[in-house]
Amino acid sequence: MPFPIDRDEVLRLLHDEEAQLVEVLPPDEYEDEHLPGAINIPLKTLDRETTGLLDRERPVIVYCYDSQ
Amino acid sequence: MSPRAAWRLESIGFTRVYDYSAGKADWGSFGLPLEGQRHSGTRVGAHLQADVPTCTLWESLEAVRQRVRGVGADTCFVVNEQRIVLGRLGRAALDRDDDVTADDAMTAGPSTVRPSLDLSAALERMRKQNLSDLPVTSSDGVFLGVIRRDDAERALEAMDAVPK
Repeated sequence: MPFPIDRDEVLRLLHDEEAQLVEVLPPDEYEDEHLPGAINIPLKTLDRETTGLLDRERPVIVYCYDSQ
Repeated sequence: MSPRAAWRLESIGFTRVYDYSAGKADWGSFGLPLEGQRHSGTRVGAHLQADVPTCTLWESLEAVRQRVRGVGADTCFVVNEQRIVLGRLGRAALDRDDDVTADDAMTAGPSTVRPSLDLSAALERMRKQNLSDLPVTSSDGVFLGVIRRDDAERALEAMDAVPK
């Protein structure tokens, strides 16, 4: 079950556990701005192939623009 | 959208999946850095002045006035222990000569903006409301500083992006 987290936990996971950030918005929104170090895998394209570069042993944090 | 993405990742075998649903909006509203093609200077956060006088509700207006004028300022923001903005003491309030507290003299609940707001939107708001500055807070209300109208105009002129 995915864990909902806040900003402080994002910072902790990045710092302590080398978490991987994934922005799931469309590419133009990602190119406009994104969290430092994030990669872009739009929601519609999330599958085994597109996530192949992610390290399954490390935490993966997904985010979009906001919770709306 | 991100909860669906998190569940999708789980469905394809990832076991340590976290959902930061507050996302970019939350990140930017705390003044944390973002990367990308968008010029970071187009956000309020890049131009905010953090060195701004603050006081508590209970301070005497006289003491606040002396402190504020001692640093050449003409506005003071009233904050609580958590630095949540409760009010503003502008020129007129600081000019009062009666013996009152900041609580008595302040204008309560000034409108605030986030560091992630477009600088041009902040300038438009200051023009519309005839304000020389706006307090900037994080999305949980903590005071970060002010964005000054002069600074916003200068920055947008330099970017050739002053709103009409």
